[in-house]
Amino acid sequence: MAVTGLNATDNPGPGVGVVRALRASPEFDGRIVALAYDALEPGLYARDLVDDAYLVPYPSQGTEALLARLEHVHATVGLDVVIPTLDAELPAFIALQDRLAALGIATFLPTAAQLEVRSKARLVALAAQGGLPVPASRVVNDPAELYAIHQHVPYPLWVKGAYYGAERAWTPDEAVTAWHKVVATWGLPVIVQAHVEGEEIDVNAVGDGRGGLVGAVPMAKTLLTDKGKGWAGIAIQDRQALALAARFAEVTRWRGPFELELVRDRSGGYHLLEVNPRFPAWCFLTAGAGMNLPWAVACLARGAPLPDLSTYTVGTMFVRIALDQITTLDTFRALATEGEWHTTQETP
Amino acid sequence: MDDRQQLRDLALNDKGFVFDPLTGATFSTNPTGLQILRFLQEGADRSAILAGLQARFDVRGDDLTRDLDEFVSTLRRQGLVGQDFGL
Repeated sequence: MAVTGLNATDNPGPGVGVVRALRASPEFDGRIVALAYDALEPGLYARDLVDDAYLVPYPSQGTEALLARLEHVHATVGLDVVIPTLDAELPAFIALQDRLAALGIATFLPTAAQLEVRSKARLVALAAQGGLPVPASRVVNDPAELYAIHQHVPYPLWVKGAYYGAERAWTPDEAVTAWHKVVATWGLPVIVQAHVEGEEIDVNAVGDGRGGLVGAVPMAKTLLTDKGKGWAGIAIQDRQALALAARFAEVTRWRGPFELELVRDRSGGYHLLEVNPRFPAWCFLTAGAGMNLPWAVACLARGAPLPDLSTYTVGTMFVRIALDQITTLDTFRALATEGEWHTTQETP
Repeated sequence: MDDRQQLRDLALNDKGFVFDPLTGATFSTNPTGLQILRFLQEGADRSAILAGLQARFDVRGDDLTRDLDEFVSTLRRQGLVGQDFGL
């Protein structure tokens, strides 16, 4: 099974969590292949998690380059499932899924249309169609529009990139500065969204592609980094958050993993800030809580029977750790110059 | 959510550790607070709680009333019941 997104930094990608969840399944019996964009993605060096590591071309190099690389990986070590975990690479994997299937490599992904309807730029339209509570938002392609944005989106507000990145602004000048910063990093479009005060709740869920939910676990963050990312969290019993996940899956007929980012305000109202079309970095919590969603996706991709996903243990917590992995210069050299490394190459 | 249901959903242990499964928040409380929460989970009203506390703890009526009101105020402040909740 191949997994991407091994960039386990202080703002980690989901790959390491997905791999740990796959390995946590008692039914897992195989090898894990890490697909990375950089030789220093930390997950590549997790010897207890990854059996084979490959560098793959960035999405900007096109789908044919990615397919050629995956064909090489498949010919070398054999793949039965690929679980991509990064927003920016999903369009390429979606475009390739039929050709991958022809090679015998299974995926469980949303359609290109589904991916687009939950994009930050389209979320308000989806909310109106599906009755989802999204805060006031606007797409802003010209910074001059920000001087009148308060007529549609009240301050304070967030200036967001299409894939990642968000800057908070209290005034038009701050909003313009944030707009340029976001454009320089992530490009257009830029989305401006009203700030909602409250507690952040995230839901990791998997849609079956027919309008139903395969499983879902809501989580409240109990410790944040200075970037606002969850460093510790707890599985909670939040029926309204679960109902919103079910509603999203129903409206979009979502196929595959997704994450809802919600805020519960002081009066108990729920606000949907974003929908991420992939596993979140904290998805190992789902396995820890007894509802292993990454393993469920691996089963769905292969058409294998699903594990029991009827319940999860409320109160299960995760507490993240940063640690130093030891590796050899030879391992780094192989990844940097040959673009691949296999545990079988290691000297005992 | 209904205040009584939210209180019934709280997980309590004998050491006074309180877990709110709705928010993931955790608290610790003293034996008096723990007993009040247990009475609330059973649906007891103000007079039943006061009588129950008097039977279990060596305190006078005025102190009990003040402690109960302060505790209910704490529950409101921590979001464990709604702002309108009272006994």
